[in-house]
Amino acid sequence: MKGILKIAFKLLVNDKGKFAALLMGITFAVFLMVMMTSIFSGVLRSASSVVINIGAKIWVMDPAVTTVANSIPMPDFVQDAVRSINGVKFAVPLYSGSATLRLANGAYQSVSILGLDDTSLLGRPELLEGNITDIFAENGFLVIKDSEINKLNNPHIGTTFELNEHRGVIVGIAKVAANGLFGMPTLYTTYNRAIQYIPSARFTTSYVLVEPKSVELVQHIKDEVKKMGYVAVTNEEFRENISTYYKYKTGLGTNILIMTLISFIVGLSISGQTFYTFILENLDKFGALKAIGAKSRELIIMIVFQAGFTALTGYGLGVGLCTLMIGLAKMRLPNYASVVTFGNLGIAFIMVLIIAIFSSLIGVRKVLKIEPFDVFRG
Amino acid sequence: MAKTAISAHQLVKWFGEGDARTNAVKAASFEANFGEIFYLVGPSGSGKTTLLSMISGILKPDLGSVTIDNTAIWTLNNDELANFRLNRIGFVFQDYHLFPRLTTVENVAIPLILKQRDWDESIQEALRYLEIVGLKDRAQLPPFKLSGGEQQRVAIARAIVSQPDILIFDEPTASLDGDTGKKIMSFIKDEILNENRCVLVVTHDSRIFEYADKIMKMEDGAVTAIENKSEVK
Repeated sequence: MKGILKIAFKLLVNDKGKFAALLMGITFAVFLMVMMTSIFSGVLRSASSVVINIGAKIWVMDPAVTTVANSIPMPDFVQDAVRSINGVKFAVPLYSGSATLRLANGAYQSVSILGLDDTSLLGRPELLEGNITDIFAENGFLVIKDSEINKLNNPHIGTTFELNEHRGVIVGIAKVAANGLFGMPTLYTTYNRAIQYIPSARFTTSYVLVEPKSVELVQHIKDEVKKMGYVAVTNEEFRENISTYYKYKTGLGTNILIMTLISFIVGLSISGQTFYTFILENLDKFGALKAIGAKSRELIIMIVFQAGFTALTGYGLGVGLCTLMIGLAKMRLPNYASVVTFGNLGIAFIMVLIIAIFSSLIGVRKVLKIEPFDVFRG
Repeated sequence: MAKTAISAHQLVKWFGEGDARTNAVKAASFEANFGEIFYLVGPSGSGKTTLLSMISGILKPDLGSVTIDNTAIWTLNNDELANFRLNRIGFVFQDYHLFPRLTTVENVAIPLILKQRDWDESIQEALRYLEIVGLKDRAQLPPFKLSGGEQQRVAIARAIVSQPDILIFDEPTASLDGDTGKKIMSFIKDEILNENRCVLVVTHDSRIFEYADKIMKMEDGAVTAIENKSEVK
């Protein structure tokens, strides 16, 4: 069997023009499919960045909240009520909002502001410079060192700014796991300072962050919160909800899906058409092989091997090209929202397999139909 | 007495349906022996290619039987028939049907590779047969870089590399000039034919009739005459 595969391989790769066209078609299709889905994954990850960075196990919120950025303030008693639920180890408030800073040079800049519970500082970022206790100092803020930090004129410890006629001072520089979606620098401060400095409605608690006593009690906590008219979701559920919102309730998911399908159709068309031409050009040779004594299954194996080899090589090149492009993009744009996940690779792999199966089928169908007698007839 | 290599008995083949139904071969019978070159001759459309296909096990007759060295080939199933062709019959097609993307030696090695022989061993064996046909120095060239006569010899090497006892040539001189055609037939008679091999040639090229031992003439699907030239000689 190895000999037959070697013949199939040589027939394929020695036809350099067709092989290059086949590879280009599949590589391009895989590149587009992985790129599209990776961008989408990156956007979804960025959209859930606060959930990822804060890392609380359970989030209590208004049932109408769709994304973490669009919080609906809850009254203070919700936090107390949640604390009283059996199974809650602790529950703390989180402020999530945005504001406009006036920088030292007089420029204005929008920022995201997260207010952490004053007592526990639950969800605090990892400090690169400074001391975490300085957040309690007068006007203290932490700034996140990400691709957006330059918008605050490269702040350092001691940099001051104005926030709603309050003075703010950078007391620490920190980093987080995931960058935000909206291209704004992020500041952390205490909950009480956040609600004091930033104009807000009557209610101020964006989320109540809950630590359950045990995993088994999570469902009970959810049920009790539901009775209060609010909703409690786990970290994973919240991220899934945000993901579902962007996928199905905005045009983003549909557009990405359409682009991925177009990439798939392009790849399918190019490789299917080229492979079909390749088979047609060699049809008389396959007929001759049949006449000589090749069995149908051997010819099928040859064609499936050729289609499979091309598809897998194209897949590898496509993924490599995509990784290279994302890498290059991230060198220029550190906050570039694109993440290659195993799921994306799996989807592209399945689509490439479909391309290979489709190409094989049309080739096999043609080759099985040819009669060796046709070779004699010319 | 020469041993019978091929025995065709009352072969009939129809093509088409209804008004377009044509009787391509009409009850053709003949015998060809080992050690002889047997010609099937006749004008285009006389049914010689159809008859050749039925004899070589690639087109099933509607009626009649073909026996090759005591094996009734049309009683074999598809896989058995493919194996029979691979082991017992060598084909030289009119257009040669050499793979342009393989080297000459790889083309010759194909029947051995189909027989699951090791690649390197097959290539070595193919080289030996290329030497027999005088083309060892062309082994690494693709077939399209060879002349028509050289391609014909490569096709012959491919046909004989698995040492079949039946060799089938379809219009072997159709694409060659007169001299090259004669050289090829002379080569077949002197170097390829032996007492354990039967060569069946389909042709309408009268210039090469002198190399035949038997000539069977066909017209409109029917056998009109069988001349035994070796008896005349």
